[in-house]
Amino acid sequence: MRTKVQTLLNADSAGYSNDVNRLGELERAIMDVLWESPEPLTVRQVSGRLTERDLAHTTVMTVLDRLAKKGFARRDRNGRAWRYHAAATREAYVTELMLSALEQTGDRHAALARFARSVSETEATALRRALEALGRGKDGLRATGE
Amino acid sequence: MTPAALILAVFAAACIPAGSALAAARWPRRSPAAAIVLWQALGLGWGLATVGALAGFGAAGGASGVARGAFMLASKALSGRAATGTRRLLAGILGLRLLALAAGVVLLLLLCWILVAAFAAVVCARRRQQILLSLLAHGDPKVPGALVVDHPSATAYCVPGLRSKIVISAGALDLLDQAELAAVLAHERAHLRERHDLVLLPFTALLRAFRWSAVAREAYAAVALLVEMLADDRALRHRPARELATALLRVGAAGGAQAPNGALSAADWVADGQVAARVSRLLRPAPRLPVAAVALIAVVAVATVAIPAAFLTLPF
Repeated sequence: MRTKVQTLLNADSAGYSNDVNRLGELERAIMDVLWESPEPLTVRQVSGRLTERDLAHTTVMTVLDRLAKKGFARRDRNGRAWRYHAAATREAYVTELMLSALEQTGDRHAALARFARSVSETEATALRRALEALGRGKDGLRATGE
Repeated sequence: MTPAALILAVFAAACIPAGSALAAARWPRRSPAAAIVLWQALGLGWGLATVGALAGFGAAGGASGVARGAFMLASKALSGRAATGTRRLLAGILGLRLLALAAGVVLLLLLCWILVAAFAAVVCARRRQQILLSLLAHGDPKVPGALVVDHPSATAYCVPGLRSKIVISAGALDLLDQAELAAVLAHERAHLRERHDLVLLPFTALLRAFRWSAVAREAYAAVALLVEMLADDRALRHRPARELATALLRVGAAGGAQAPNGALSAADWVADGQVAARVSRLLRPAPRLPVAAVALIAVVAVATVAIPAAFLTLPF
């Protein structure tokens, strides 16, 4: 098991192997557990709530540690055990992701080419009208065909 | 001062109205790729000419190019001959020339710096996107190869890079039918495959640095629109125009309501009206530019870079 953890940790420098995906999956699964829990959880509690039950305690601990270092998880000490909770709600991160894509955050030019955006209500109204007209045209063609 | 410096200054100044004219022109829509090349050449030519003009005003005249003249001036100043100059006037002129040379060097460094800074900001934002996506996004059989984020807004975008991603919001997934989703994917894949983000990067950098400049905004808006049109054209190789047009209309119409209290940011300002322009182009396509016209654009693009480059390096 120790070697498994080492492999996971080395995966960062090793590059783009399956281990990276594996580590990503673990981080994701553990964040899901933290997001769903109303109160902070110990490593053992997190392990217990993962669907994948055969994970080593050290593996879960390592991933939680990584998440804490990345700022996604926070930890506090309760007696002898560390307890972990999510730094922000899932919704908050989704909002951050979308705002950055919508270029509404500080970094306006993340160069994420967006498929389409209308920015003024006037433009949106004009587009809605164009869509309706296009729909009517389609229906009109169908009507003559019948 | 060399005559070359004067020519370079005129050239640099002429690039500004040329950019405005290119932004206002209608023909780029008929051949986005050719127009994008011309924009790149115009940007590079302007940078070379401005730096060259400043350096050239400082450079020693006579039978030397701007680059060599600038080097001669710098070595003259360093060797201390200026200090021993008998007439103060001469020393003053030399000082002015050194100032112009320094301004040229500073501008060159500044232009390089804003490009590097813009690239760093972009890389940083994308890394954050990648991390958040790995925690939040999931796949969906309706959009093979893309990531879905559970958010009600109608959004689709791509995150370019080594591990590029196409992201579609749950709102867009609900809004669009299967054919329209396929058109969106084809459009985004074209962006990623042809690295349109790198095409836009210099103009993003210019906009970040010269946000107050109307020409920088016009240039960014024009190139951003051309890149979208280019991806639209590529998507048309795989999907019918109508599917792409209705997808654009639906996402565009839904997006307007999302804009917070109608306030337009600088980024929004440049995008106003672009969706409508793309849709009308898809539904009523103008004929592509003839080969001769594209060849002419290519010649102009080469000249736009070659002329300032020549005045910079060749003895004149």
